[in-house]
Amino acid sequence: MDNRLTQTASFSDGVRACVPTIMGYLGIGIAMGIVGKSAHLAIWQIFLMSTMVYAGSAQFILCGLLLLSAPILSIIFTVFLVNLRHLLMSLSVAHYFKDDSLLNGMAIGTLLTDESYGVLMSTLAQERKVTSNWMHGLNITAYLVWILSTVLGALLGNFIPDPTIFGFDFALTAMFLGLFLFQVRLPLKKQRTKTVRILAVTVISLFALMRFASAELSVILATLLGCLTGVLIKDE
Amino acid sequence: MSNSYYLLILFGCALVTWVPRVLPFILTKAITLPPTFEKFLSYLPMTILTALLLQSLLDYQTGHFPTVRFPEIFACIPALIVGIRTNDLMKIVLTGVLGIALLRLL
Repeated sequence: MDNRLTQTASFSDGVRACVPTIMGYLGIGIAMGIVGKSAHLAIWQIFLMSTMVYAGSAQFILCGLLLLSAPILSIIFTVFLVNLRHLLMSLSVAHYFKDDSLLNGMAIGTLLTDESYGVLMSTLAQERKVTSNWMHGLNITAYLVWILSTVLGALLGNFIPDPTIFGFDFALTAMFLGLFLFQVRLPLKKQRTKTVRILAVTVISLFALMRFASAELSVILATLLGCLTGVLIKDE
Repeated sequence: MSNSYYLLILFGCALVTWVPRVLPFILTKAITLPPTFEKFLSYLPMTILTALLLQSLLDYQTGHFPTVRFPEIFACIPALIVGIRTNDLMKIVLTGVLGIALLRLL
């Protein structure tokens, strides 16, 4: 309560921090809604999926599997694998909020996404202060925008059958590109050789692993190998 | 597709996506992570975003090395330049989407 006046990382600051990602969520959410529609889902079913599952790439795959009428357990297991990387992200986020209550932490984890993780890490990379309320602001805004944009996509799906039209699908790649850029910029200045090596290991292993494992599992393994490289190479 | 089949899938998927997201918050309350593991995790933002970016630019081919997606990879160039110059995520996404829309028209 003492620092309430000097608090710069409030809930509304978190909402503001989410604004730059809204374009990305809209693009990919609309694409997801269109895909859901083409998988013969009703609008309420798409709404319910975004509300309950809330996982971009997993929802696309889920639509594909529903269309194939895959067995329930194989669908659930696939979605589990696709989203397993959140375990790693939550692990690295939990560490920043360990002084907050368990309920706060669980609320943050529940709505954690690739993008909100990226925004949080970009903010931390700029050495700015972050509170759990800021994180809630960021997460809840992203959650609502996601639900709205998938429903919007479902409505548009009646008119636009192809989600790649207008480049909506590319919004996700572009967002990853931006978040990647924010993340590597400082390390490339501070520890150039080491950072280049970590990135090279991640890139090469992802490429190689995708021959033998699914794309999602390869992402997790390549990430782990990259982190391992970081630990093994001495700081410059 | 029956509603009960769909709802059952959603409940299952909600559970398996929720547990990995919240479990670490429960674990870190109970145990402190060793410093080496914390250092390991400090590289995670960089490596996972690199992997996610690259994966979204690759096409998965069963039993073969993945292929690079064209023209997506080209659309990254203007977006990257805008990113380096502005540091603005919104502008990066707008440039990327606009770029890919133009490239696909060609």
